[in-house]
Amino acid sequence: MTATPRPVFPFSAIVAQEEMKLALVCAAVDAAIGGVLVFGDRGTGKSTAVRALAALLPQMHAVADCRYHCDPANADGLCAECQERARHGALKSRLVAVPVVDMPLGVTEDRVVGALDLERALSKGIKAFEPGLLARANRGFLYIDEVNLLEDHLVDLLIDVAASGENLVEREGLSVRHPSRFVLIGSGNPEEGELRPQLLDRFGLSVEVTTPTDLKERMEVIRRRDEFERDRGAFVTKWKKQDDSLRRKILAGRKRLADIKVPDEVLELATRLCMQLGTDGLRAELTLIRAARALGSFEQAHVVDAGHLRRIAAPALRHRLRRDPLDESGSSVRVERAVGEVLGKPGGGLQAPAA
Amino acid sequence: MSAEGDAALVVSLFAVDPAGTGGICVRSPAHPPRDIWLQMLRETLPAGTPLRRVPFNLPDGRLLGGLDLVATMQANRPVAERGVLADTDGGVIILTMAERLSTGTAARLNQVLDRGEVDLPREGLLIRHAASVGIIALDEGIAEDERLPVSLLDRLAFMVDLGAFDLRTALIPAYEREDIEAARTLLPGVTIEESVLQALCATAIALGAGSPRVTLLAARVARIAAALDGRRSAGEEDAVVAGRLVLAPRATRLPPAEPRDQEEPPEPPAEQPPEPPPESPPEPPPDQPLEVNAQMLEDIILEATRAAIPAGLLAQLRSASRERATRAQSAGRAGAMRKSGARGRPAGIAAGAPRGDARLNIIETLRTAAPWQRLRGRDDARVRVRPEDFRVTRYKQRAQTLTIFAVDASGSSALNRLAEAKGAVELLLADCYVRRDQVSVIAFRGRSAEVLLPPTRSLVRAKRSLAGLPGGGGTPLAAALDAATALVQLSRRRGETPTLVLLTDGRANVARDGAPGRERAHADALQSASLFAASGATALFIDTSPRPGDQAKALAARMRAQYIALPFVNAASLNTVVRAATAAPRV
Repeated sequence: MTATPRPVFPFSAIVAQEEMKLALVCAAVDAAIGGVLVFGDRGTGKSTAVRALAALLPQMHAVADCRYHCDPANADGLCAECQERARHGALKSRLVAVPVVDMPLGVTEDRVVGALDLERALSKGIKAFEPGLLARANRGFLYIDEVNLLEDHLVDLLIDVAASGENLVEREGLSVRHPSRFVLIGSGNPEEGELRPQLLDRFGLSVEVTTPTDLKERMEVIRRRDEFERDRGAFVTKWKKQDDSLRRKILAGRKRLADIKVPDEVLELATRLCMQLGTDGLRAELTLIRAARALGSFEQAHVVDAGHLRRIAAPALRHRLRRDPLDESGSSVRVERAVGEVLGKPGGGLQAPAA
Repeated sequence: MSAEGDAALVVSLFAVDPAGTGGICVRSPAHPPRDIWLQMLRETLPAGTPLRRVPFNLPDGRLLGGLDLVATMQANRPVAERGVLADTDGGVIILTMAERLSTGTAARLNQVLDRGEVDLPREGLLIRHAASVGIIALDEGIAEDERLPVSLLDRLAFMVDLGAFDLRTALIPAYEREDIEAARTLLPGVTIEESVLQALCATAIALGAGSPRVTLLAARVARIAAALDGRRSAGEEDAVVAGRLVLAPRATRLPPAEPRDQEEPPEPPAEQPPEPPPESPPEPPPDQPLEVNAQMLEDIILEATRAAIPAGLLAQLRSASRERATRAQSAGRAGAMRKSGARGRPAGIAAGAPRGDARLNIIETLRTAAPWQRLRGRDDARVRVRPEDFRVTRYKQRAQTLTIFAVDASGSSALNRLAEAKGAVELLLADCYVRRDQVSVIAFRGRSAEVLLPPTRSLVRAKRSLAGLPGGGGTPLAAALDAATALVQLSRRRGETPTLVLLTDGRANVARDGAPGRERAHADALQSASLFAASGATALFIDTSPRPGDQAKALAARMRAQYIALPFVNAASLNTVVRAATAAPRV
């Protein structure tokens, strides 16, 4: 049994895929954005990027022995067990890695929400709750590959928990509620099926990745991956500096998030953009502003400006457009068009910055 | 470049680094050549390599490990069970009937292949075992869409087809066991020349051969090929091997036409004795500085790879529209396989051991055990539970619906209705998409009917298949109804509820065997309609002719279909009618 997990591919070493990296970084800066959906071709580094991001993030403080790794600093978000512990004195804390939980396609409902603890029930006759994937993902990332193929009853579960941040278990004579706040990351290939609109809406940002057809890019992908496979340790060390600086930027961004200003004219621009595109509900605007704020904070700006809006508009809005089955042009094009009309011609450029 | 030679070479390349190459997808019926091939594999792998045969339906507990229930109950403490994957660390898994593999199991295998370890905290145990394995996936599929899940296929470097081999096929190992062991020692130090890497990437892009992951596998295979030959740097001939074995079977398009289109790739004399395919460059330039013209190298590798693209594949590529459908088919379809008893809404309790996917229902089990406690000599806090007390929950899954659109694209229809029909189908598709229904499109024109779009939920694919639908030709109604019946039965077998929406003017003029003639065509159509009625599926007959006729009505009656005449409508109103008619029975 190996004690430590094998080193993962460094985030900074991922070639190109700027939009995906930018969206993931924004989600890491502000978890309230609500997750990232990565749609696109197979083998384009989707899961590599998610795992790399989690590995990049600093360890977090969690209540020792808590199965949901509650945050000791957040008195309101504690689970029932930790509230009980807190009543008996200060909470002991320990450092844990940010969890990345994979939700495989064929998973059973029990394993997702948790169930009765088999072993204790059978051997001792004790009714105890055994947490599931939703518990493990608390304060971390829940990653679902091929999310568009996920069975409907699992989608139902996710939709509810992703919105409320709390998992309610009422089964097998158990009645448990525990916090389950996670950044939902989904990936999939649109050729194989569509996502249910309700679940689609839960994702804050959505990005499209394509197989790199640029020769140099593809070579760089292969070269770095090959180097990594041969000597994981050395490769990780080589990229440590970049990863460290990115980590600092993310942390600094989180701090700044509370202070960064969103001027009224930017709010107005966001509203006009959403109206132009005819998005449903307020969620689109909220997410757009939130994502622009995360991006601004990440880049250490003092105020959010139109440039931030422009760059994050496509990921924040493209999956929220009302679908017109007869419209052949893709959603990205429509967002781009609307951005051009509302914000004027790009001055700062639409392309994502280097992370 | 004999197929036997390649099949043997693949074994050697794989044996050097099973986990690094991911594995081999072996498309072949279970016939002797496959056994011979597997035997060769066994003899090639270094002594002591774990080799496990695993059925496709292995439950997760056995695959990944988990709680050993029986041992746990005997020992009264959690006893972990190691899964097959962890037991085979450093070895090879032979996956039987891999075409039946569920996407769920494939997803778990993918994860293990990607990470080289099993990491699965479940049932209160933290399980993390090293598990670097190579997978031999025995694909016995016959039909085009009976394939390995695409996501797994993407992680296996090699694809070999032993289907055409017979007993006379001579399978001679390309390398001996000692060569493999020598190559294993050498491999970590083998580099790949920059120009060679570039050529491989360019080839992969030009042929549209798979994802970057596949290119990575190709680069790795090139290095292995060099190691097998005892060289420290992968050169042109290694890239040719990698292109032929890894990239060619996945080509999805032809490279831009070259002037020497029909030519065979350069076939100079082979220098490496153990490699049967006489397929190597004029003069092997190992360890030679990057003098070779990069463009030339690219051309050589591209040409070699291109020449290795299976003939059948080329024919398939020519009808470009079908290509993507084929690739996505297995995955899209597998999403609909919902027979497992472990998911869905609970539907009662049954006695039985928690075998396979079934999960123990604790409360019921304890409740069953409760009355017997005194008798079983309970003397402490422990509950005495015996295997006969085991209860499992049964689950019921909501049946999926499948809406089949059979669209008449014949000349008579095409003139006035085809565009509207397409529009209506697209609107209905959007509707089905919201309801999470599956859709399928059958088009009939000329002499036959064709399943344009196998059952899918993808709006993107449905739209594309419709956009490319040409019109013209006769009206082979009988063939269309037969195709619809077949699809209905298939869908029933998968536990779905199919509905047929038939858009036609009802004027059959092509008989079942493709012969023209109104009379026979109509008789055949009536016969097929009876067959369809026997399937008992709900159907909607939309008469799109400008002058609705009796023929269509007779057909609809025979099909026990609801008949709707829509002589003057546009796409939107057609959509409304169909929605009203199909939604009613479903609610």
